[in-house]
Parts: sequence; C-alpha cells; structure tokens
Amino acid sequence: MKIVIINYGAGNIQSIKFAIKRLGCEAVLSRDVEEIRRADKVIFPGVGEASSAMNKLKASGLDKIIPELKQPVLGICLGMQLMCNSSEEGNTQGLGIFDVDVIKFSKKVKVPQIGWNQISNLTSDLFNEVNENEHIYLVHSYYAPVCKETIAKADYELSYSAALQKNNFYGTQFHPEKSSVVGERILKNFLDL
Amino acid sequence: MLAKRIIPCLDIKDGRTVKGVNFVDLRDAGDPVELAEIYSREGADELVFLDISATEQKRKTLADLVFRVAEKVNIPFTVGGGISSVEDVDVLLQNGADKVSINSSAVKNPQLINDLVAKFGSQCIVVAIDAKQIEGKWVVHLVGGKVPTELDLFAWAKEVEKRGAGEILFTSMDNDGTKDGFANAALARLSTELNIPIIASGGAGNMQHFTDTFIKGKADAALAASVFHFKEIKIKDLKEELQENKIPVRI
Repeated sequence: MKIVIINYGAGNIQSIKFAIKRLGCEAVLSRDVEEIRRADKVIFPGVGEASSAMNKLKASGLDKIIPELKQPVLGICLGMQLMCNSSEEGNTQGLGIFDVDVIKFSKKVKVPQIGWNQISNLTSDLFNEVNENEHIYLVHSYYAPVCKETIAKADYELSYSAALQKNNFYGTQFHPEKSSVVGERILKNFLDL
Repeated sequence: MLAKRIIPCLDIKDGRTVKGVNFVDLRDAGDPVELAEIYSREGADELVFLDISATEQKRKTLADLVFRVAEKVNIPFTVGGGISSVEDVDVLLQNGADKVSINSSAVKNPQLINDLVAKFGSQCIVVAIDAKQIEGKWVVHLVGGKVPTELDLFAWAKEVEKRGAGEILFTSMDNDGTKDGFANAALARLSTELNIPIIASGGAGNMQHFTDTFIKGKADAALAASVFHFKEIKIKDLKEELQENKIPVRI
C-alpha cells in the first residue's frame, strides 16, 4: 500500500510519518502531483495559520489536485479546516470539499483549546471499534460547526465537528497521531478503508 | 469535556535524563525515550523535556533526542531550554516536537514571541515564566529563578498573551521544591485575567495538591517532576483521585 503525506511546508509531518510506522506501514512525504494521484491513501496535514497554508498549497498547484482525488484522503487539524468552504482565519477560501465555514471560538472559553477532549456521535468506518466519549488530542482556535458531513462531535463552548466525511474525503480536527491508542486505532481504520 | 492535563517534566542534559529517577523497571535510567514511553503508557497527557545542557553540541543533541522521542511516543510533547531563535524552533518542530517553550529569550527579546507565532502558529508556542514574590509582588526571574527582572508576573503574562503565545507555563520559585502545593492564588489570577491555557508548575507534593491547583488555582494543566520520577505519585492513582473529586481527566 502506498501512503503519501502531502508535504507543502505546513506542519509537523514527522509525527504522522512515525505514527504510521508504528502501525507497521511506511508513508512517503511528497508534493509531486503524480505521486499523490497514484497513492492508495493520502494524508493532508497542517498546523499554523490558514491563509499562509492555503497560499503554500496554491503555490504548488495542489489546491486543484486534492478535491479531485478518488482514493481515501484524510485531512488533519488545519488540513481538515482547509477542506471546508472557508475559514474565518485570515479570510481564507478553502477547497470546498466539506460544505461548512470554519469560525473562531468566542472569548467565553480559553483559546486555543489545548488538550484532550471527548468525541461522541461517531458515525463512520473511521471509528470502527472506537468507543463513544473516548479522549483525543486537539489544539485549535477555529472550528467547523456541526453540519450534514459531521461524523464525530466534541464539546467546547458548544457542540462542534470533531471529524467530517464526504465520500472518500475524511477530516479530523484532532490529531490521531498524538491521541495515544485511540488515535492509532483511528489511523489504522483509515489505512484499512 | 476538555480534560485537565497531567504533565511529567524531564530534565535533560546532553541527551540524558538528569534527576535521579527511581524506576525499577527501567533498563536504562538515563534514557529519556524509555522514560517517556513509560509515562505515556501510565496515562501522562503530555510530556515536557527541559534541556539544561550548556555544550556547543547542545542543539544537535536535543534535535536528535526530539526525533527519537517522536518516533516512539504517541502523545504530545514540548521541548524547552535555551531556545532563542526561529531557526532553533524550526529544527525542533521538524524533528517532531509538538510545542516549544521559551523563557529567558522571550524576556530579553519579546518580539521573538511574535516572530515564532507568525511562522509556526500560536498552538506550538509556550512561554515559560518563573516568578517569585518580593515584598508581596510577583517578580519574573531568569536563569532558573536566580536573576530578578523588573517585570511583574501578571503584566508580563498579559503581554505574552497579546503577542500571541498559545499557552503559559508558570513556575512559582517560592513553591518549587517545597512539596507544599502549587501557587494557587497567583495561578487563579492568571487564569482569570488571561484567556489562554495556564500550566501550573512548582510545589507538587501529594495528590491533593493537584486537586487544589485545578479547583482553587483554576489551572488547565499541572506539571511536576520528582513526585512522578520517584514514584511518590502514580499517574493512574492521581487521575482516579481527580476523577473522584469531579475533575475531568482522561483515564
């Protein structure tokens, strides 16, 4: 199985590579369009600021390629947010895969949310053998509200999307690669799709 | 619900753990990677590695360590100690660190916080603040609490937040090493006046101290070293007690 982690200069991709290695698989880092197209599984990472990450994506032409991919694609954290219609962060237009707009938490809660929160209302193969209310690790200031593509919810100020899915496209707001054994199960489920 | 975090801190010198560590099941007591794996299995929510070495090879040794930890550990970890530039941070993050913490370098050059946040995002920039009370005022100190500055803890913490830091790690030098509990009054004030997470550090001696710092100190996370290293407190027992005290934890 060929697993490609999209390497567009945004984020801690080493951790994802290591997490996949701990599952007994190998992932390659690539920004090569053909290599990404040919992969069996594509991981779209991202940390940092939305508009600068989107600019990097555009500069490499990957903004056109990602929405056309047919194999399972997993966006993580900012990767998931960039797969949405837009983000309030830096007034960024997203890839428009998930029909939802990413907005910022209010000042009623501490921002960023950092730490382990629980996921519930799990409705996807991504969560096979994952119990309701398991803890996963997240770090974020912006969130995708609950929408028709929500496959997991978390609560912080309000109930929001901890994960999204549309056809072959998956996105997790949390970091499966940093979410202990629960995260490993979720990554394995993605690789098993 | 977002859980309160328990964070063991490992002091590192030349790629090895420094403080005597009392783990009978450890093959190599000085290997930070093995210790990190054990803490991760025991339920630590995060780890902090504080590098106190002062050699010329320090940067490379630390980067190598970060790489080896990231390879083995499936929970987030922060690296601190002598980090003073965008390049330093870049190397550590690329090797797999989730967050970095800066301390003296931020006091000397506050613009560094803005520069790091602009390049890497708030989520991975922790500012560590050491302070102690002098005539009733909390004064920020450098070099592990040895050198006083003119900065007031609360004013500096607010500036740090304004410059974009994602989190504050506050160590009370008055409490550190006493095992008499965390500086909960100062922590509660930080937590109320600021809108970013606050990690409590300094003073952990027993499990009640953790309950107190989460309730009275309103802390988002609590960091400790010796009580974990010497097995005076097991993380599993601590989390069970916190849960009994109605504090949300990950078990």
